[in-house]
Amino acid sequence: MALSLLDSKGTPLEQQRFTWKELVQKPISKLDDDAFTRVRVILMNGIESEAVRFSHLCARMNRDLQVPLARVRRIDHHQATMVNWLLGSDHSPIETTVAYEQVAIEVTAALARQEPDPYVAQALRFALLEDFDHLYRYAALMDRIEGMDPNNILQTYTDIMSGRPTAVEHRMPDDDVRKPYERGKAHPLTKLNALTLVSGEYQTRDYYMHFGPTFADPVARQVYAEIASIEEQHVTHYESLIDPNETWLEKWLLHEANEAWNYYGCVQQETNPRIKAIWERMLDYELGQFQFAAEIFKSVERRDPAEVIPANLPDPFPYKSNRDFVRQVLKNEVDLRAKGTEFVPLSEDSEASEQYRNHMNAEGSPTETVAAGYQWVPGGELWRRVANL
Amino acid sequence: METGTKMGMNKTGVQTSPIDIDRMLSDIRQSAKSAASDGAGIAAVRTSYITEAEAVGTVPMPGTVKGAAKAAVKKLTGRRPEVLIDALGARLAFERSGVRLYDAVLTKYQATPEKLPGMSAEQLAHFRDEEAQHYKMLADCLQSLGADPTAQTPGADISGVESMGLVKVIEDPRANLQQTLHALLVIELADNGSWELLIKLAEELGQDKMAQDFRKALENENEHLMHVRQWHEQCVLGQAT
Repeated sequence: MALSLLDSKGTPLEQQRFTWKELVQKPISKLDDDAFTRVRVILMNGIESEAVRFSHLCARMNRDLQVPLARVRRIDHHQATMVNWLLGSDHSPIETTVAYEQVAIEVTAALARQEPDPYVAQALRFALLEDFDHLYRYAALMDRIEGMDPNNILQTYTDIMSGRPTAVEHRMPDDDVRKPYERGKAHPLTKLNALTLVSGEYQTRDYYMHFGPTFADPVARQVYAEIASIEEQHVTHYESLIDPNETWLEKWLLHEANEAWNYYGCVQQETNPRIKAIWERMLDYELGQFQFAAEIFKSVERRDPAEVIPANLPDPFPYKSNRDFVRQVLKNEVDLRAKGTEFVPLSEDSEASEQYRNHMNAEGSPTETVAAGYQWVPGGELWRRVANL
Repeated sequence: METGTKMGMNKTGVQTSPIDIDRMLSDIRQSAKSAASDGAGIAAVRTSYITEAEAVGTVPMPGTVKGAAKAAVKKLTGRRPEVLIDALGARLAFERSGVRLYDAVLTKYQATPEKLPGMSAEQLAHFRDEEAQHYKMLADCLQSLGADPTAQTPGADISGVESMGLVKVIEDPRANLQQTLHALLVIELADNGSWELLIKLAEELGQDKMAQDFRKALENENEHLMHVRQWHEQCVLGQAT
């Protein structure tokens, strides 16, 4: 059943409150919870973090909106806290990283499968193959540097294989900027997909930038530096899909709708009852925030919010393994490259990007070094060495 | 909070996904083109950074000392006092953290309904207090050499990094008493070895009074280690039967 933004008024803003104990609840189990519970936790932290980020930028440019934005933003911040603190402390930074890439792969694949705009769908599939490769590189890093099996995080839902090699993903900035959808014509799903992915990728970029320097091993420090650079490209890639002509208030409304839409998908599919109750509460909060933003939109822009996003939102995307889809995309599109706003065959790759990546890789590519010849087996690569002892 | 571990719905490993794992491996086998790496690339990157690396930091220069302390400093003439100061700084940091960690173990013990025979809050508090006494004694030793007991020496820094995981386990509410005691056992084992070395170092450098104090501390630490090892064993063996 699809979510209607108007069926429920949600929790009124003044009742959206937390205690510190509520913000810091029992974490999920790394061992016993389903990997997709962790996928939802990570994605929703990304969605809330984007809400806070957007709200700050919007406030800097709109004096009259500063107080209402601050009110909602404080709640967003606490929602992000409550959600992100569900990750247990036994998740090491590399384990969380592998989980982040699983989010990137499974969520991007699910959104690409339902994206109605062919160009946007192509853009999603393009970045999907790059994140797919990041997982492979980080899996090799985890296995070879820390002697751990990355599949304990992935729970066999996601393949550990090379995608578009990270070493060739480095592009000139000009080749990362895409064509935006048109706000008046775009399908609501296109708007939600783009916003969801820019939220996830921005969070991933920030995570790698934050945790890269906490590693002692120079190989790990290099791999994080290299992949963080691609995540920065991906933020550029996804944010450029969004129509820059949307007004600040349109964007605010879309952020609120996207938060509600994503929480709704979590509510529908969550397998852990305790976490599901959190998603339900957050969905009610988002519906309240959407109503709040919609009232401001109506009074300032004198327009119907339905011009921006319909009250009845598209169905949420499914949280499940996209193995077959990803393999198909890998087979058909791994050799695509980006040139300007277009996706081109390998033979037409951007010369400027080739020069750029040749320079970046001139002293070696960390992701190539760490994954040279890497082939995952259950238990990790060392199993091959010890199996016949 | 329970003392031990249980069977449950652990979703890691491949046995829980027999169909998916077959599919996952089939494509991996097909996609594998290159021979397994011998790790030479990783070693080369590490080597280049090891070659270029600078130390995590230095031991601060000692200030001036007065009165009786001059005798201790005099004995270090012609030797390398920074080795002793670094070792003392590392031990001090370890013992200071040890006080906080015993506090955390004590809370976990009190919050765990199931009790181990021979383990008591009084005993844990006693061990904690001894760690605090060691901290004070090491601060006095450093001051007697004109060194700053509030400074973080390189040894103290690295020792803190070593302990990071142990601190996480002890302070994690989900880590049961058995798991917590194992972390404490690792700490006491390292502590024990470090005190033994510190005694040798003090003797080598003519610091007889220090060596005497350290031997007393090692006696305490031996007792900590013996008890912690015993509690941990009881915990594991008690669950298994």
